[in-house]
Amino acid sequence: MPEILDQARTQVLGDGVGLDQAGVLAVLNLPDEHLPAALQLAHEVRMRWCGPEVEVEGIVSLKTGGCPEDCHFCSQSGLFTSPVRSVWLDIPSLVEAAKQTAATGATEFCIVAAVRGPDARLMKQMREGVAAIKAAVDIQVAASLGMLTKEQVDDLVDMGVHRYNHNLETCRSYFPNVVTTHSWEERWETLRMVRDSGMEVCCGGILGLGETVEQRAEFAAQLAELDPHEVPLNFLNPRPGTPLGDRPVVEGKDALRAIAAFRLAMPRTILRYAGGREITLGDLGTRDGLLGGINAVIVGNYLTTLGRPATADLELLNELKMPVKALSATL
Amino acid sequence: MTTTELWCDRCGEAATATAHPGCASARQLEPPRFCQHCRRRMKVQVLPVGWSAVCVEHGEIRG
Ligand SMILES: [Zn+2]
Ligand SMILES: [Zn+2]
Repeated sequence: MPEILDQARTQVLGDGVGLDQAGVLAVLNLPDEHLPAALQLAHEVRMRWCGPEVEVEGIVSLKTGGCPEDCHFCSQSGLFTSPVRSVWLDIPSLVEAAKQTAATGATEFCIVAAVRGPDARLMKQMREGVAAIKAAVDIQVAASLGMLTKEQVDDLVDMGVHRYNHNLETCRSYFPNVVTTHSWEERWETLRMVRDSGMEVCCGGILGLGETVEQRAEFAAQLAELDPHEVPLNFLNPRPGTPLGDRPVVEGKDALRAIAAFRLAMPRTILRYAGGREITLGDLGTRDGLLGGINAVIVGNYLTTLGRPATADLELLNELKMPVKALSATL
Repeated sequence: MTTTELWCDRCGEAATATAHPGCASARQLEPPRFCQHCRRRMKVQVLPVGWSAVCVEHGEIRG
């Protein structure tokens, strides 16, 4: 057994103390033959410190495309020749999407907008939309609207948004290679205000942007320092027309190593499968990740791409004897 | 609508002369982006279940 896994068994599984950057790097560098042991340990950590429940979420794009920012992975930037056009979702359709999500058994519904930060029109749409959802659907509402002012943070709390997603996307040292229109520190500032407001912090990122393994470890350590309630883990799905459109997808085994390593860095967080798992991991890998530290999924479609049917994930959870987290358990 | 399909709905290039196996495969996990009839970029809304795509000339399709 590699020394790092012995250390993690004592420190992370036993004491609930996450691995530091060097420890995460050691896990990310484990040879293939030790990957099953790393996943097994990460699974034990998840079961001990989070439990068997899986949090199920649906997401929807309230405002698609036409974003002024230049996040190099994103098909919704107005600065690239991506075929994604700008479109707004109306409130009846938003409520319908929340209903469809709740029908899967999901307890989380995240409303996303491709913006630098919300303007008055978007905040008004959010206020009306969240109220309409709450009147019609039994589900918790989360939001992801870019960088916020303190006033906007307070407004979202007032609307009853219980969790806010704002991904750091990648580690601090690599971020300028991925985004040039705003800084990692600006994102951190929004996260700090969200944390202070009492909303739950949801913050993750994307692997496979061209970061090194060392930078992946740096990212895990920075997330652990933030200590988010939830960490969504995406794998790059290279989008036509974006600067990263020709990048290779992350190797399945590297993705699984990252899942185990991020779990060992953050034993108590909700570690969620987000975009890109279908192409990076496929069905078999999806299962391996759920048995290797993942304890939450986005079901159904994403913002501009499609996922596998929610029923496929729910059947898998049933087969793995992992109960879907119920609404009563989250309130 | 009975118009012959002329354009690839993923990449927007001509679809009659050559097949687009890469696009066809990618389309399993993506909605269409270009109108097959006129090559216009469509307004596409992805929903948790399904999607809709609107061409200003040829109307809405859903999947
Ligand atoms: Zn094509
Ligand atoms: Zn058309």
